[in-house]
Amino acid sequence: MASSLFGIGILSWMTFLPVLGMVVVLMLPKGRPGLTRWTALAVTLVQVALAAVLFGYFDRSLAGISSQGTMQFVEKARWIDVQGVSWFGRVHIEYLLGIDGLSVVMVLLTALISCVAVISSWTIEKSLKGYFALLLLLDTGMMGVFVALDFFLFYMFWEVMLLPMYFLIGIWGGSRREYAAIKFFLYTLLGSVLMLLAMLALYFSTNVYIDPAGTLYSIAEGAKLGIPGLEKIHTFNLLQMMDPGNFVPGSLLAGFNTFWRYAAYVALFIGFAIKVPLFPFHTWLPDAHVEAPTPISVILAGVLLKMGTYGMLRISFPIFPDAMRHFAWELALLGVISMVYGALVAMAQTDFKKLIAYSSISHMGIVVLGMASMNTQGMMGAVFQMFNHGTITAMLFLIVGVLYDRAHTRGLNEFGGLMNQMPRYAGMMTVAFFAALGLPGLSGFVSELLSLLGAFQTFQTLTIISAVTIVLTAGYMLWVLQRVFLGTLPDKWKGLTDLNARETLMLASLAAIVIFLGIYPAPMLNLMNTSLNALSGIVLHGGAGTMMGMN
Amino acid sequence: MAEQILNDLPRLLPEVTLTATMLLVIIVDLLTKRSAVIPAMIALLGLAASGALAIGQWGVHTTVFSGMLAVDPFAVFFKLLIAGCAVLVVLFSLGSSELNNRERPLGEYFALLMGLTLGMMLMAGANNLLMMYLALELSSISSYILAGYTREAADSSEASLKYVIYGAFSSGLMLYGISILYGLTGSLDLAVINQTLPSVVAGGGTAVYALAIAGILACAGFGYKISAVPFHFWTPDVYEGAPITITAFLSVASKAGGFAMLIRFLKVTFIDPAAVAIPAGAWATLQGFDWHYIIAALAVMTMTVGNVVAIWQTNMKRLLAYSSIAHAGYLLMGVVVMSNEGLAAIMLYFVIYLFMNLGAFYVVMLIANRTGSEDIEDYRGIGPRAPFVTVSLSIFLISLTGLPPTAGFIGKLYLFAAVLNTQGWVWLAVVGALNSVIALYYYARVLKNMYLEKSELTAPLTFSRPQRALVLLLVAPVLLLGIYFAPLAQLAQASVKIFGTP
Repeated sequence: MASSLFGIGILSWMTFLPVLGMVVVLMLPKGRPGLTRWTALAVTLVQVALAAVLFGYFDRSLAGISSQGTMQFVEKARWIDVQGVSWFGRVHIEYLLGIDGLSVVMVLLTALISCVAVISSWTIEKSLKGYFALLLLLDTGMMGVFVALDFFLFYMFWEVMLLPMYFLIGIWGGSRREYAAIKFFLYTLLGSVLMLLAMLALYFSTNVYIDPAGTLYSIAEGAKLGIPGLEKIHTFNLLQMMDPGNFVPGSLLAGFNTFWRYAAYVALFIGFAIKVPLFPFHTWLPDAHVEAPTPISVILAGVLLKMGTYGMLRISFPIFPDAMRHFAWELALLGVISMVYGALVAMAQTDFKKLIAYSSISHMGIVVLGMASMNTQGMMGAVFQMFNHGTITAMLFLIVGVLYDRAHTRGLNEFGGLMNQMPRYAGMMTVAFFAALGLPGLSGFVSELLSLLGAFQTFQTLTIISAVTIVLTAGYMLWVLQRVFLGTLPDKWKGLTDLNARETLMLASLAAIVIFLGIYPAPMLNLMNTSLNALSGIVLHGGAGTMMGMN
Repeated sequence: MAEQILNDLPRLLPEVTLTATMLLVIIVDLLTKRSAVIPAMIALLGLAASGALAIGQWGVHTTVFSGMLAVDPFAVFFKLLIAGCAVLVVLFSLGSSELNNRERPLGEYFALLMGLTLGMMLMAGANNLLMMYLALELSSISSYILAGYTREAADSSEASLKYVIYGAFSSGLMLYGISILYGLTGSLDLAVINQTLPSVVAGGGTAVYALAIAGILACAGFGYKISAVPFHFWTPDVYEGAPITITAFLSVASKAGGFAMLIRFLKVTFIDPAAVAIPAGAWATLQGFDWHYIIAALAVMTMTVGNVVAIWQTNMKRLLAYSSIAHAGYLLMGVVVMSNEGLAAIMLYFVIYLFMNLGAFYVVMLIANRTGSEDIEDYRGIGPRAPFVTVSLSIFLISLTGLPPTAGFIGKLYLFAAVLNTQGWVWLAVVGALNSVIALYYYARVLKNMYLEKSELTAPLTFSRPQRALVLLLVAPVLLLGIYFAPLAQLAQASVKIFGTP
């Protein structure tokens, strides 16, 4: 499936097209806002089209995860190659992109949400060029994280997102935007420097063979094949790090269930958990969400939060299956705490946006609980929930934005009786809210059910406790609907207009996905089934089997 | 003897060229009063010639003048770095209003700058304690005058005086340490000291204590030059008071010279040639004085104090002063691990640091030329008024923080890698990594003032074409080396060859 244009593969196009768009946007003349908007929209629409191509040509029977042979749309090039000296080995870093059933879902989501975010940015007036340039740069960072298969490259993309996000919140945000922006920046950087150290420790702990053409072979393969000219080097290749045979005996992270392996796992975990965000690393999220402009909230909730859980599934679990099993219960516990805590705090909110922010924490808790179950069912629920949460929460934030644009307040108690005033709005909002609380027939139900079913097989008590959340969620969600739509319409809101065409387009397309996947989730589940099966196998048996073999 | 000296002279050509340039600048300045451009051109040509001659020394691996000076790839690397820094500072000086708006011509300034550069180049090659001391003094005395060059400004004189007092005090301490070492070993030549020390230490008793005291006293001298905590007190005042061009030069070249000297002193003097069974490229120090922990403590203190105190600064120059203290702390991590990998990381970091730190100072200078202020509060809303230079400044600051895709990240990556790859120092890497989070806070404060804050002033700030070109020249490597750093890493690895060590 090597489809390419000008010798550049489809994944590179998807990743770097926004940067090209950014350059174009920056070169456009000042005072042509329409041109800037349309350029950004064109870029993201092409991205969506490419994502549709991926969806069409993606081979559902290939697992990926730890084997490069079954990764799809792979692109590989030599990037950095520093020849070794007697006291320091050769540094060889690959530009390696590829997707499997885990990442394809996230790539689809990213393309979709970026496009929606651009459409919802139509009303932005302040320093338009700067705004869209940063938004497109952010898009590249997000896409890159989901397609990179080399830890160094992954880290680059991961960090590239920080700065645009800081400015997008800090310049175009609400009244406390400076505080929210720096808090987001500091929290995320704290997590990423820990990740950086874990990455370096992994680098020095693993080695592989490289042939003169630049192809990597695992230690086992290299020894078996006996190709001449093989050289032993350290590597940042994520897939090679997943092979326990590649760890240098006696190195920091060699062996299983050692202190340093746990430490590295925890370092990675903190890096990812801050992004999810998992209790107790969540405090940046409500601030960031409340202050961010609507499109940025949409991206933040729709894509950025998923990077945390994606990172765990892509990196932490397959590289440290032993540590993952060791900390599985703790991970599930944090997931459950996030679920319950997020729901309880959401219930107490009177600020519409803050409420949605806390509901996000609660819903991401479900993802973590599903992942921690380690079985295919739970993991499928988790990944599906990542996608669904992306679409549903994007809708929720758009809904908040629509109301805020018109009323310039987010105080829930100030509204009432909007049902007749804004009927289309009420329809969209009802779909989104019922999907968020997990009503059967809408996509949120399927993924939550799968997550909880999977989790119940592994952690019965925790899962039962977590079920409380469903009631709580229904409680606060319905209460919002009641406060906004029912009762009498205050006089000051008599002038509110219903959704315009642009808003309807955004919300309706997301609603269509939510409804379709609620009724017929198979297309999405088929996409990830094979890969997550393989991942579950690695997490459940990885390390242990080799240990037994060695003993 | 005389023949020996004549034979060695060609090896000294970069330094000789620089000396000649200094004299030429003085003479030309006497003849053509009131022109800054001609002396500057002569200085640039001299520096270029000196750099070219230094490149010609690549691959040489010897000492000259009976072991006084080493000519090895390590020295050549630092000479080029210092010469490169001097070239940029001369260019900066031509555009500096604080220097050019004065009655006095600039000829003398450029002559002193050459002297300062010469002293630093000698520091890079000094292989004898006496030579080290002389090189240190040559560079210090030139910089005392330069720090107070705008002596009409009160803070400039104060800076200069503080600098002299601290400088005299620490070089006194260092001299005392040197005299103890001489007393113990009977020599000032690093290689000879290295051969004699084991028998001194073997004697045990007071000799070991004397050695420890000598080591700590010598550290005072080096620590002063690289502004490591607790020898850093002069740094913020001098950096704030000195003309900004000199501040920029001191923050990069002076540190580079200090580090070169410290590394050579440690490695050549204290390496244990008998130590075996350590990984390739690492080395062990002689028994008697444990350098590891002393330097690790210095590193931790330096980066933490630098970063934490920087948070409270309101003046851009002071902020960058503390940030440069913090960077000395990061760089010291590369010394702690006592391996070639650590040294290569330091050298790689210095090249990147040259661009990002000089770049930051240059933009601060350009803005100060226009607004007359170095106060961070006066950066409010300046972003839209001067988009090109403020975006550049943002890139420099992000690079100083160490975020990809800028070169600063690659520098930190190599330093952390060197630390993590040495057993037992994981905690140091964690301290370093957390420090870069603290650093983000104060760098981001500048970004916040530039872009997030509003200002009633909206008039655009304009800069001349050469000024923008120079900014671009500094920004380009910061971005390019962040994405493709292989040649730089190769150069750094090839330059870790110190005469007298395996």
